[in-house]
Amino acid sequence: MNRITDLFLTFAKIGLFTFGGGYAMIPLIEDNCVARKQWISHDEMMNITVISESTPGPIAINCATYIGYKQKGIGGAVAATVGMALPSFCIIFLISLFLDRFLEIRWIANAFRGIKLAVGILILDAAIRMIRKMPKKPFSLAITVCAFSAMLLFSIYAIRVTSITLMLIAALIGLIAFLIAKRKEGDAG
Amino acid sequence: MNLLNLLIGFLKVGLFAFGGGYAAVPLIRDVVLSYGWLDPDMLTHMIAVSESTPGPIMINLATYVGSTQGGIIGALIATLAVILPSFIIILIIVKMEKKLLKNQYVQAALSGIKPCVIGIIGATGVYMILQHVFTAFPGGTADTTAMMITVVLAVIYFGSGKMTKRGISPVLLIGIAALAGVLVYGI
Repeated sequence: MNRITDLFLTFAKIGLFTFGGGYAMIPLIEDNCVARKQWISHDEMMNITVISESTPGPIAINCATYIGYKQKGIGGAVAATVGMALPSFCIIFLISLFLDRFLEIRWIANAFRGIKLAVGILILDAAIRMIRKMPKKPFSLAITVCAFSAMLLFSIYAIRVTSITLMLIAALIGLIAFLIAKRKEGDAG
Repeated sequence: MNLLNLLIGFLKVGLFAFGGGYAAVPLIRDVVLSYGWLDPDMLTHMIAVSESTPGPIMINLATYVGSTQGGIIGALIATLAVILPSFIIILIIVKMEKKLLKNQYVQAALSGIKPCVIGIIGATGVYMILQHVFTAFPGGTADTTAMMITVVLAVIYFGSGKMTKRGISPVLLIGIAALAGVLVYGI
């Protein structure tokens, strides 16, 4: 099989069989691309995970683009990325055609009244897991607490400050803190 | 115009969604609610559907919103828009042999962004729970039924995480919640 087709099919399979997205996909990508196909080494896989954490976008897409490019350049990157996205695109597109009518059925609507309550818990859990993994430096914790309070207050009082604004402010604070630390070092030296 | 908004809206999501998975939810909420593409309830339903279907949550939500706003073309535009920023950024990083990420100024900016994202996600989770257990929030009265279901679900979910190594999966929690919804609110 040609490598481009192989990249496309392998990532389509990963896209089709991982539920939940995010880090749930990493073991499957590792199993396919490191253990079976040996497209990249285990160390490289760790590296991609770190890069994914520091770059925006779905982690699965980051991995697909990276591995595809390493194997076959731009063509490989496109094949792997499209392969990764295609299964969810098709499934969700089909769902979107009938979800509204589906929700008019009473017991299904009631099931969703329950499901709705689970979603908040899952999102809160995602944040808790990320805090556990975060290096516990006072600077990081202070930013987390400030961002949490600001975002919650803005949501409650319907103040239109988006999460993007908060992230840009946080980036600026990170840069300023870095420059201050650098200047202090310069003074000491 | 709507297609252009879909493109711009989801480029924003793709460009600023750090962390993957649920990390994108606050951003998607911002964008989707400000354009009025979905009401908050429908968005929450779709987050559950995305969790229960394969593939990255961001792509699932982009495809759904795109499709409801602009049919198959809308779905394609929104999905490509959400993928494109990470695709391009990864290509740049591979080309530059990761020099970009090792740059001290990029690292300094990320040292602010990463903890900020965690706070934003936590606040979104808390706010969504509050919104669901009060008839209106702020100002409404408590919906005791919803509150009790939420507490039971939280105990099951976090309790199972304490008792066993991995706990129950998010998809199983959604299944239990659906069952609870049918049992409590009727068939």
